[in-house]
Amino acid sequence: MEQFEFNYPAKRKVLKKSHIGVVGSGDLEVLLEPANDAAASVRIRTSAEGFKSTWKAVMDRFFGQYDGAASIEINDAGATPGVVLLRLQQAVEASER
Amino acid sequence: MNKFTGIRGRIWFKALTGQASSMPGDPHSVLTADAPIGEDKARFLCVVPDPDGRFPCARRGEVGLEEAYTLAARVREAIHADKESTKRPIIAIVDVKSQAYGRREETAGIHLAAAAAADAYASARFAGHPVIALIFGQAISGGFLTHGYQANRLLAFDDDGVLIHAMHKEAAARITRRTVAQLDKLAETVTPLSYNVRDYAKLGLLYKLLHVSDPEDPNAEDVSLVRHEVIAAIQDARKTSPDLINRIESEAARVARKASRLVRARLAEQWNH
Amino acid sequence: MKDPILTREYLKRRSFIELSARDRAKCLFDSGTGRELAGPFDRIESPWLAMQDVTPEADDGCIVMRGTIGGQQAVVIAFAGAFQGGAIGEVSGAKLTAALDLACADNEKGIRTSAVLLLETGGVRLQEANLGLAAVAEIISSIIALRRHAPVISLTAGTVGCFGGMSLAAGVSSYVVMTRQGRLGLNGPEVIEEESGVEEFDASDRSLIWSIFGGQQRYDQGLVDALVDDDADQIVKTVRDLIAQGVPPVHRSEQVDLYRSRITALDNSRQWNPEELHSWKNQNKKENQ
Repeated sequence: MEQFEFNYPAKRKVLKKSHIGVVGSGDLEVLLEPANDAAASVRIRTSAEGFKSTWKAVMDRFFGQYDGAASIEINDAGATPGVVLLRLQQAVEASER
Repeated sequence: MNKFTGIRGRIWFKALTGQASSMPGDPHSVLTADAPIGEDKARFLCVVPDPDGRFPCARRGEVGLEEAYTLAARVREAIHADKESTKRPIIAIVDVKSQAYGRREETAGIHLAAAAAADAYASARFAGHPVIALIFGQAISGGFLTHGYQANRLLAFDDDGVLIHAMHKEAAARITRRTVAQLDKLAETVTPLSYNVRDYAKLGLLYKLLHVSDPEDPNAEDVSLVRHEVIAAIQDARKTSPDLINRIESEAARVARKASRLVRARLAEQWNH
Repeated sequence: MKDPILTREYLKRRSFIELSARDRAKCLFDSGTGRELAGPFDRIESPWLAMQDVTPEADDGCIVMRGTIGGQQAVVIAFAGAFQGGAIGEVSGAKLTAALDLACADNEKGIRTSAVLLLETGGVRLQEANLGLAAVAEIISSIIALRRHAPVISLTAGTVGCFGGMSLAAGVSSYVVMTRQGRLGLNGPEVIEEESGVEEFDASDRSLIWSIFGGQQRYDQGLVDALVDDDADQIVKTVRDLIAQGVPPVHRSEQVDLYRSRITALDNSRQWNPEELHSWKNQNKKENQ
């Protein structure tokens, strides 16, 4: 099991929390909550070891476009970057509905 | 490695009841007897191997269709007989290899048979009968759920021949894709995985661990000790509610089952907005 | 005869099987009344998985929801088949037991509260072995306590099915509901093949599997109370009707003499064609007329 945390600057207030996904093989769950300060953070737990740089690249890409001040938690069971981005988008949409 | 012999059940059934047979009409794999214990007359039940059993997959001490329905019938018989009188203790002597694994069994709905036995034991408990399980050998998976796990009080020998688990070690290793050695190592830190009864005792589910000189050849002192502890367990069961809450309230459970207790507390808090 | 695939009704049909466990639970409630308890944001996870390099899920794969169904108080407990095969761990098992016990306590205060269990589960989670097994024993006990007051309905729609120790939970329930895709049994095909050989059960034979474990067969042999299509509206209606029906006068798992005599009557010298056991359902019908 590996665990990483990445932090990003953020501007926009996030209105509500959302939860997406399931920790199934090749999938992940995302918990998104409003952050306390004007910053965004993501904590990732994954059973697929050795992919830290991939995770960083995916998170850099995601937070390059998302500017919500959110505290995000990811529990991952070997999802591909495509699935990770999809779930993150779903979580964002659900928090803005 | 614990090899299942299925002899402990029969030995202790005889030692505690003086009897050694099934009731008329029952399969020979289920021993039932009413015998004195302390001030009570208790119904003792035990599942044993029967190489001549009707079902090929249930001849070596597995709990199959006939075993489960017979247990259910004999327990319900006691519930019915004691409806207007003292609720006799019901004592399950447990040494079961597993449930029966067979096509006939699944076709005929062994899940319902197992449910019926568990139902009978639980119903006896809710009706006020003290139900005691004596885990003297193996108590694995569906076999244990069917015969013994619904008891008010669980007692077990502190002995390497006692094996309480969800699956036999080799099969568990195969399914979780580890070696047996890896499983053993994991069990050192992950208590619920351990095959050692002393680790099982740390989970807070057991009422007592019993120490006898030889579980397979008990002397008079061994039998006397067991009888004494069974009587104490019966008295203890009669003093408390007929549910299984003692398994989560015990001193050991307060440590080992913290997460279960947190769940119960959180759900209770949130139940009414 | 009209091709069912092309009828408007079929096209409008909403699949229940395709819904997540959370959405399955939600759709059972009267509109807007379903409220999740101890949900993912409470973060009560398994204490045992991370140390075995298995990623925990924030709800431990069990969703508990309260609300009304057909105007009556109900609690729905759904297992997420996608997480660890829906298998029962310390936390997911405790969620079910606690929900049943709280419902039971409400009944004792005069608030009739039923329970619906969405069982997509392989049984005990091996990574939690003895705590999973103990949890199943407690679940069985709590169902038996609750069903004295209000119906406990087990629903297995697929794709995981209901196997292992949790098949006993289905067995002691007031009512069992299944789709044709669902399966119900104590030991799955692979386990039987492993323990008793491929002659006993060829686990690669899908039609054999469904002919024994499938919802249609279980219904035809009288072990299931309602066989439903994979149609969310139909399933919601069925659950509503069963809750309204109330506690049955006797539970299936209490009918020991009946089932014992049926087992005694079986010819143990051979395997049976599952159809031979359809007489059980027909006998049930006769007796209830």
